[in-house]
Order: sequence, then structure tokens, then C-alpha cells
Amino acid sequence: MKMGKAQLVRKIALGLAGFFLISGFSTLAASSALAATESTLAGEIKDSTSTPLSGVRIDVTGPNGFATQLTSDAMGKWQVEVTSTGIYDVTLDQASLPSGQALTDLTKATRKINVLMLGNTLTILFPIGPGAEKTPILDQSAQLLADGLILGIIIALAALGLSLVFGTTGLTNFAHGELLTLGGLLTYFFSTIAGLPVFAAIPIAVALSAFIGGYLQDRLLWKPLRKRGTGLIAMLVVSIGFAIFIRYVFLFIFGGYTRQLPEFAGQEGLEIGLVSITPKSIISTSVGLLLLIGATLWLLRSKMGKASRAVADNPALAAASGIEVEAVIRSVWILGAFLAAFAGIMVTLNQGVSFLMGQDMLLLIFAAVTLGGLGTAYGALVGSLVIGVLIQLSTLIIPTELKYVGALLILIIILLVRPQGILGRKERVG
Amino acid sequence: MDFIFIAQQSFSAALGVNTIIFALAAIGLNMHFGYTGLLNFGQAGFLAVGAYSVATLVVSFNFPLWAALLAGILNSVILALLLGLPTLRLRADYLAIVTIAAAEIIRQIARSATFNKYLGGSDGITGKFGKDFFDLNPFKDGLDTPFLRYNGNDLWVVVTGWALVIVVLFVMWLLVRSPWGRVLKAIREDEEAVRSLGKNVYLYKMQSLIIGGIVGSFAGFVYALSRQSVQPDNYGTALTFFAYTVLILGGAARVFAPIAGSIIFWFLLVFIEQMLRQAVGAGYIPEWLIGVNQVGQIRFMLVGLGLMMLMIFRPQGIFGDRKELALDARA
Repeated sequence: MKMGKAQLVRKIALGLAGFFLISGFSTLAASSALAATESTLAGEIKDSTSTPLSGVRIDVTGPNGFATQLTSDAMGKWQVEVTSTGIYDVTLDQASLPSGQALTDLTKATRKINVLMLGNTLTILFPIGPGAEKTPILDQSAQLLADGLILGIIIALAALGLSLVFGTTGLTNFAHGELLTLGGLLTYFFSTIAGLPVFAAIPIAVALSAFIGGYLQDRLLWKPLRKRGTGLIAMLVVSIGFAIFIRYVFLFIFGGYTRQLPEFAGQEGLEIGLVSITPKSIISTSVGLLLLIGATLWLLRSKMGKASRAVADNPALAAASGIEVEAVIRSVWILGAFLAAFAGIMVTLNQGVSFLMGQDMLLLIFAAVTLGGLGTAYGALVGSLVIGVLIQLSTLIIPTELKYVGALLILIIILLVRPQGILGRKERVG
Repeated sequence: MDFIFIAQQSFSAALGVNTIIFALAAIGLNMHFGYTGLLNFGQAGFLAVGAYSVATLVVSFNFPLWAALLAGILNSVILALLLGLPTLRLRADYLAIVTIAAAEIIRQIARSATFNKYLGGSDGITGKFGKDFFDLNPFKDGLDTPFLRYNGNDLWVVVTGWALVIVVLFVMWLLVRSPWGRVLKAIREDEEAVRSLGKNVYLYKMQSLIIGGIVGSFAGFVYALSRQSVQPDNYGTALTFFAYTVLILGGAARVFAPIAGSIIFWFLLVFIEQMLRQAVGAGYIPEWLIGVNQVGQIRFMLVGLGLMMLMIFRPQGIFGDRKELALDARA
């Protein structure tokens, strides 16, 4: 504690000194500016290797209808004099950047500059880095299709469990996304913190997720609620509370950063035909596909799988014909958590894992399940692939940052035209 | 530990700006969920529309503030129509998914670079768009008492905000006691029965969605004006879920419940946070267990846990009537 206090005192002293220095300078600047009638807005446009970029267009608009357009000179420099105080909008025309260069933060194309007083020069910088290369539309479509299929398989893995749980218990589970986060974080824990190789960490993480997120979650939370006769809407709200709780437990333990698996971060892509895919993506997607096929066969062929479909269809009748409904629900939870954990691991391998991963994926999963028809397992598979491919292909037309908006809009439109979803049955709605 | 400070912070929060915002948001939800049984998970969208209408119209289009507020109400009506037309015929859980998706669409569009020029991208909009409002402020000095402490601007927001809440609440009270309100409750309990009496259920649901949405946009106005800025990520799904927690805490389908819920919610939230912060600072809780910057996370955990426990053990909330609110009439 004593050390802490000493440090604190030192920090405050430094801070105060800094404050006086700055305020001293600004009084100086203010006094010299008394007679000035104009200010200069200026900047220098350079790429990430500090090469100046010339011919980049800058638009400046400001108070009293001030508007002007400039281009950067051979040294990448531009400047403009303004004669009144107020807020100026400085916009970099992204289309005028040389190909291969783009703003590193696309939302910062327009900067609001507040000129408080005249007489000084304000420097405005636009950070620029290598942007996406402009590739032919065919290559681009092929690449997006491949990315879309991979995304579709990830969503399908997560959606199958959500759909099965909904089918057998009627629960709309808003905490399903957290199962993905659990899988990803456990993999991160076993590989990076416990030091196991990723190939060993993944099976352990998946098995643990199936046990904790599937068996224990059902046993300790949802089964008692079913026993109490808690209603479906009430359970839906409980799942929201549970999701918030778990999310912040993850944040508490693992912190707010996005964690990468160092063993696989920044892997080079392999060129296969028109598309480039990383080896980790190929392997994880193949395993994911196998898991999906296995789960589908389980549903179609095994006794338990058939029983789960019977329970989804009519729980009372299923129970009456000798099916142990609770056992079916338990196995559905375990399977769902198992698949969701692997989906989370696929996301972790490709983009890293943060405590918000599940929340970000949840709406896509819901969109897929609703699109296919709530409670139908095959519908969830079809819906997921459609959503995955649509999201990626939509970026050909709409800005990449709005791709999820497109997917969610499609969800709403489908519900308007065919509320029961693609493979759903009509009696399930309303 | 400084208990006077903790009390001052907690009581100020219990009557403060956030309490007003969440009370208004929850009053809107009470109309949707409590009285009509509509599971609207897109309330954050209505707040966002209200807040962005004010900020964008005043800053980018130089509207006078009163015109921007009117436009905000109009926009929230439009949003209610857009949301309601396709979804009000759907079952409760479908409605939940579609409304949450719609609110997310609004947030993502607001934070996108594509509409950066008008909506400010991920930084949102900051500016003196509440100037007309704060110019009217008669309490420039603020308030500083042992139990309540606000700066000048906050005090003005608090006073006008509570006035707004009381007016809205009075209108709600008149509405739900009217024959119109009784039809809404009947729809919540048994939609088919109401339809068989020749009522246009769809129309009633739409009216409920619009009225609750307008109250939601009021909450957005307060949110934007009190901070003189709007940030897209403040209008995420968490906002809607917290508003639900407030509503269920007070007791859905009770006129005064949102206010009681909001006051208790914010009092507890700030009280627990300040207690933990001081306990960590004074060394009563070891640093390895809870760091100072982890206190905020604990309070969110408690919100989640609280929502779960409420729904399981006391779904009617503190003041609600279990018989009145049959949550699962149509699930």
C-alpha cells in the first residue's frame, strides 16, 4: 500500500506539472493570436511506409457557407486558410486514394475541426494503410462464396443445438451464444495458459464445454425450472439474465481483449483455384462438416435421435409411448453444447476470442434458425448455409461493415412472406 | 470508508438522469409487454431513433430543437409501423427475435462509415444540440446537499425529466383504465377471445406498439440532451435488457412499477459499485480477487443474476400482482 501511495503522489505531481506547462503555452499562444485574422488548416497525406501521396482530394466545409476543395501536392501536403472561427468538416475523398491504399479507420474520412480562435495552424492527419486490393469480380465472388460456406458451417454448428433445444423444450435460449464463447475461451486457456498444443487443447475444451455447458447447465438450471413449471416466456427472460451473468463472468476472468491462439495467428493462405484459404480453416471446416454429418446421422438413425424428434413433435405422446423425455432433453443439450463449442473454436482459430463473441454471433444464429423454421433441425442447417453465403456475397453490393444488416433484413423479409421459415410447418406459428 | 459519499452518490443516482431514462424506456415496455403481452426486444431501437433524430437534425440540418423533437416522435411512429406491420401477426418468440434484429440494424447503420456524414459513425455525434434547452435553465448553480448532488445542467435535466415522467405516467394511467386499455389486457390474456368479440386485435396491438415506442423515444431525447452527445453503442441490446430488468423488478402491468423499478435498480447499482470500490480501495477486499476496474463487471453480473432470480422466484416483481400477469397466456 505504501508503495502505491508514493507512486500516486508522484503521478499527481507529474500531472500537475504537465498541466501548468500546457496552460502556460496556451496563454502564450493566445496572446500572440490577438491580432490574427486567419488560421491555417493543414495536413500531410502519407501511406504506412511514409511515402507521400499526391493528388488526394480534400473537401473543407465550414461556417458561413465556407467550402473549398484541394488536392495534396507532390509532397502529400495540403493547406487552406480560414478566416472565421467555428466547426469545419475536413473530408478525405476515399475514391481519390491510389489503388491499394485506404483509410485505416473508414469512419474517420470526415474530421470535425473546431477552430476556437484565429492565428494558429491546425494539423489534421488521416492514417492510411494498405487497403483491399481491387480484384476481378469472379475471383472476388468465388472467395466470398468460400468464406460464406465456412461461415455457414460455423452458424450451422451453433444453430443445430439451439434448434434442438427449442424443439424439445420450447426454450428460446438467449444464452446459447455464450456456449461458443465457452468453447473458444477454454481452448485459449488450455493452449496458451496451460501450454498444451492446440490439437490437444481443442478436444479437451469441446468435452469440457459439453459437460459444463450442456450436462451441468441443463441439470442445474433448466431441469429444475421445467420441474417448477416455469413458463416459456419466463424461461426466455431467465436465459437473457443468464447470458448477461455469464458474459461478465468471462470478462471478469479473461479480461476484455480479443485473444489469439499464438500457434495459429497470421497463417498464410493456400491458393486453391480461385480462392485462398488458410490451412487451419480447411482443417477446422472439414472437422466441422464431419460433426454436422455425424449429428444429422444421429438424428436420423440412432434411437435417441429418433426419440428427440418424437419429443419435438409431441412431448406428451412421446412420454406416453415410453420415451424417457428427460434423457432425450439431456442428450440434446450435451450435443448442442458440443457442437456450439466447436463453432466457437472455429471462430477463435480465425479471428480470436473475446467475451463478446457469443453475443455477436447470437443474432446470426437466430436469423439462421428462424429462416429455416424454428424447431426443425434440417431447417437450421439450410438456414445457416443460406445466411452465411448471403452475408459474404452481399458485400459485393453493400459496404462490408453493413453485411450483418443485410442478413437481418433478409430475416425480417422472410418472416413477412413465409413466417414458418423455409422448412417449417405452418401450424408452428401463431 | 466514506459512507456519506456513498449515500450521496446512491441517492443522487436513484433520482438522477439514468433513472429517468430507464423509467421512460420501461414505461414504454410496460405498454408493450405488461399490458399487451408484446415481447418487444427492440426498445433500444426506439431510444436510438429519438436520440439520433434530435442530434442529427439539430447538428447537421440546423433544425430548431422543438422541431427536431417533433420529428423524433414522428420517426418513432414510423419505426413502430415498420416493425409492427410484418411482425405483429407472429408468435411471441418470433416477435422477440425480429424486434431485437431491427434494433441491431438501427445501431449498425448508425455506427457505419457509410452514413458517417450525418450519423457520425462509431464516434456518434457530439455538439451543443441541447443549447436551446439548457438556455432555459434557471438552476445554473446546481445542488449540493449531503444526500443529493447535481451540477447545474444535470439538475435542470432531472427537474424537467421527472416532470415529463409524471405527465407520461398520468396519460398511461388514463389509457390503461379506459375501455381501450381493457381491450389491451384482454388481448394479453386471450387473443382469440378478443377476436371473437369482433375487435381488430392487430389494430390494437399496433396502437400499443406506437404509444410505447413514442415513450421510448422520449427516453432517447433525455439520453441525448442530458449528455449533449449520442453514441451508437449505447443503444445496444443491453439497454433493452436493462429496461426489462427495471420493468420486471417493479412489476409488469402496474402503472407505477417502471418508476419504482428504475429508482431501486439505479440505487442498488450505484450503491453496490461504490461500496465495492471503497472496500477494494481500503484493502478490505484483496486486490488479487477484485481489481478496482473490475468493480463495474461485478455489478453487471449482479444485474444478470438479479434478472434470473426475479424471473424464477418473483416474476410479478416487487409491486406486481401474480394473478394479473399471466406471462404465458399465449406461449
